[in-house]
Amino acid sequence: MGKKSDNKIWFIKGLKMGIPIGLGYFAVSFALGIMAKKSGLTAFLAAATSALCNASAGEYAGFTVIASDAPYLEMALITLVINARYMLMSTALSQKLDEKMKFFHRFFIAHYITDEIFAASVTVPGNLNPFYTYGMAAVAGPSWALGTAFGVMMDSLLPDDIAKALGVCLYGMFLAIIIPPAKKNRVIAGLIILSFALSFAFSIAPVVRTLSEGTRIIILTVALSLLAAIFFPVEDNTAAEATQEA
Amino acid sequence: MKHNIYIYILIMFGVSYLIRVLPLTLIRKKITNKTIRSFLYYVPYVTLSVMLFPAIMNAGANPISGIAALIIGIIMAYCGLGLFPVAIAVSVIVYILDKIL
Repeated sequence: MGKKSDNKIWFIKGLKMGIPIGLGYFAVSFALGIMAKKSGLTAFLAAATSALCNASAGEYAGFTVIASDAPYLEMALITLVINARYMLMSTALSQKLDEKMKFFHRFFIAHYITDEIFAASVTVPGNLNPFYTYGMAAVAGPSWALGTAFGVMMDSLLPDDIAKALGVCLYGMFLAIIIPPAKKNRVIAGLIILSFALSFAFSIAPVVRTLSEGTRIIILTVALSLLAAIFFPVEDNTAAEATQEA
Repeated sequence: MKHNIYIYILIMFGVSYLIRVLPLTLIRKKITNKTIRSFLYYVPYVTLSVMLFPAIMNAGANPISGIAALIIGIIMAYCGLGLFPVAIAVSVIVYILDKIL
């Protein structure tokens, strides 16, 4: 790392890798834009949010907080809890960086730790050349922000049934993230089933159903993850394997 | 609306960025506490599952469309299809079933 020619090669590799990622992001962020519109955001604000946050589930949850006009603290907590996985990814990625690499790169790489860019960045052999991540970000980042803006603008032009169906994209994306690891890990599979069951129970049970959706997500996430961590602690290599696939 | 939308977005940005930048710049060593590691490891699965269900049942006009999309989406993801095909497939399923049902 450090040679200019190497940086260029890695940047171009990143651009190529960014194309499929960007296409997926466009479809998903389009659906996110529809959600943003429902929460009262303009196309510009929605695109700005996407460019600033680069988080699918986190933004989705944030928009539900905005829609319900919940306290700022709830926004901070829900963003923290839902994006908590990026802390683990960021920690894992820190092990892939050359100590001699210029420090400022860490501030830019950090902004683009998404499930897919992280997965591609952390699986390169040896140390990560930051320009690989930048190449992917150069395609996937704008695609994510523009998709969100288009979602807001097109929503009023789209018939309701198509808009509704596109909104389902996000759920498909969630499935594509959680199901493959569940295939290899029975604890995760069981945890998903338990989460579905309790989330459903929370949505109909008296008292708890009156809590906001965001609060229910936080309570269930912290409680179930903590129980799983206590009863089924993961070995170092298991965590490393799964984050590489995330 | 009582709350300012710019403040909401700034909070989203601030928290999302800090979560990513702090470990990358501060934690140079591996986290050794097994419980914290395990907790962080399980968090995404629980969060996404809780957001997914039962919300997906309200995604289409009919709850059955959502449930069908969920089942087919699980099968597709299980078979190793990626983010893009699964996302498109579940949308198409909800669209078609909403028309039929």
